[in-house]
Amino acid sequence: MTANLDTTASRNGAAMPTADPAELAKARRERIDRTARWLLPVVVMVATIALWQWYVVAYKVPHYILPGPDRVVQALVADWSTLWPALLITIAITLGALVIATIGGVGLAVLFAQSKWVEMSFFPYAVILQVTPVIVIAPLIFIYVPSKIAGLLICAWIVAFFPILSNTTLGLNSADHNLRNLFQLYGATRWQTLRYLRLPSALPYFLGGLKIAGGLSLIGAIVAEFVAGTGGLGSGLAFKILEASYRLNIPRMFAAILLISVTGIIIFASLSVLSHLLLRHWHESAIKRDT
Amino acid sequence: MSASSSAPAGRETSPRTPIVSLQRVSKTFANATVALKDMTLDINSGEFVSLLGPSGCGKSTALRIIAGLSSPTAGRLLWPDERPGARDHAISFVFQEPTLMPWATVFDNVHLPLKLKGSSAETSRTAVMEALEMVGLERFARSYPRELSGGMKMRVSIARALVTKPRLLLMDEPFAALDEITRFRLNNDLLRLWEEFGWTVIFVTHSVFESVYLSNRIVVMAARPGRVVADLAVDAPYPRDETFRTSHVYSDHCRNASEALQAAMASEDDDHH
Repeated sequence: MTANLDTTASRNGAAMPTADPAELAKARRERIDRTARWLLPVVVMVATIALWQWYVVAYKVPHYILPGPDRVVQALVADWSTLWPALLITIAITLGALVIATIGGVGLAVLFAQSKWVEMSFFPYAVILQVTPVIVIAPLIFIYVPSKIAGLLICAWIVAFFPILSNTTLGLNSADHNLRNLFQLYGATRWQTLRYLRLPSALPYFLGGLKIAGGLSLIGAIVAEFVAGTGGLGSGLAFKILEASYRLNIPRMFAAILLISVTGIIIFASLSVLSHLLLRHWHESAIKRDT
Repeated sequence: MSASSSAPAGRETSPRTPIVSLQRVSKTFANATVALKDMTLDINSGEFVSLLGPSGCGKSTALRIIAGLSSPTAGRLLWPDERPGARDHAISFVFQEPTLMPWATVFDNVHLPLKLKGSSAETSRTAVMEALEMVGLERFARSYPRELSGGMKMRVSIARALVTKPRLLLMDEPFAALDEITRFRLNNDLLRLWEEFGWTVIFVTHSVFESVYLSNRIVVMAARPGRVVADLAVDAPYPRDETFRTSHVYSDHCRNASEALQAAMASEDDDHH
């Protein structure tokens, strides 16, 4: 980040002897904006942690009510051996659900796109599945599905697949009207129209849905773990939080929450990068303009 | 057909079988709008025909019917020198917008019609590059549409239409959205290519000046209901260039076409009162 800033700063400083003052001022403002974009959140974070630490020390808050940041970090280090395997399980469930949600969401959207009748028949049920809170379906799922892992996957999938389905359906139906005519004129088959026109048109919409689904699949996985509770092996982070709360081990709860948040941020950032790489050549959302 | 061998200016005089023939073609939309009423028109091979008229006169509807994108409510469309039942009329269509796929390079966009016929990028490379050279964009094969100006995008669109070596080129107000300088340049390029390759062109426009400059025949249409009201020959010789644009012959033809158009609009008003 800093290296990048240094190069842009030196380039702007050295190469513009003839630029007019207004443009120079604009360039300076942009440079300041770029720095502020990452610096300001970091400052806020540091200030919040400092305030938190000060409050805990100044008012002598007991650590079983609110631990200071130092104790959270201590817990993170000390309990790493139990938190890390739990984190891996939560990540596995989240990514597994996201993959199934992607396949299921895109598959259903393509099916819907092939026939208006199929879409009319089944889309309402996808909506019902989406609007019913997963937390009330999850107990039933764990009764009917013998495998806990399968149950977790199903719960996370239910939460995550809808944005992909709904966005991809919208995208498949928003192919340019004249391009459709063109495909028709050149005698394109249904498959060719799907492959060369409708799927590429749907890509930006799909990627938007995927970004939402990434976060939702993590939430789905955590909620399902809470419902699944203490039963059996292979427990994820949510279970660690439950367990720690029973023991009033508040620092460990905070440590687990921290890990979940960081996981969510990494998933979102990765999907944003993926989206940028796929769209950078052509889509407005990924194009930087000079003017 | 020996269209390409004869001089363009002599084309409209020699009797020949038409490439496509509209016989009392009508189109009524579901909301009972009569877009086209009893249109009878023979398009001869090698002609550059403009369909000129106000909006709502059915000129675009007629073009879409010829393209097979829409079917007539009544009347017939004949392709005299083709086998009965053959669907492949070797038609290309240029829309008012460039209508390019934003996710594909210029090369891939021009390749599209061949790809849909099952021809790979390797086998059609020569044809695609030839089409790009015709419109002067061979250096931009790897660019994406968003990197091009409006005029260049329209050239890509024309290259895509030409890559299939069509017999009939249908153009639906292709230059209407461009600035005048770009439009004049593309007019000249289009005429040069037409003289060189001798396809038949049906060109929809609402510009009297453009239709006179380009075509050797102007079909004037009126609205409500959409119909043909005049069929004017523009017998000025090709090649036409900027001197033609400022000549008396040009302004005479423009006046004729304008008067025909005015008459068409007046008759439309009569229908209303």
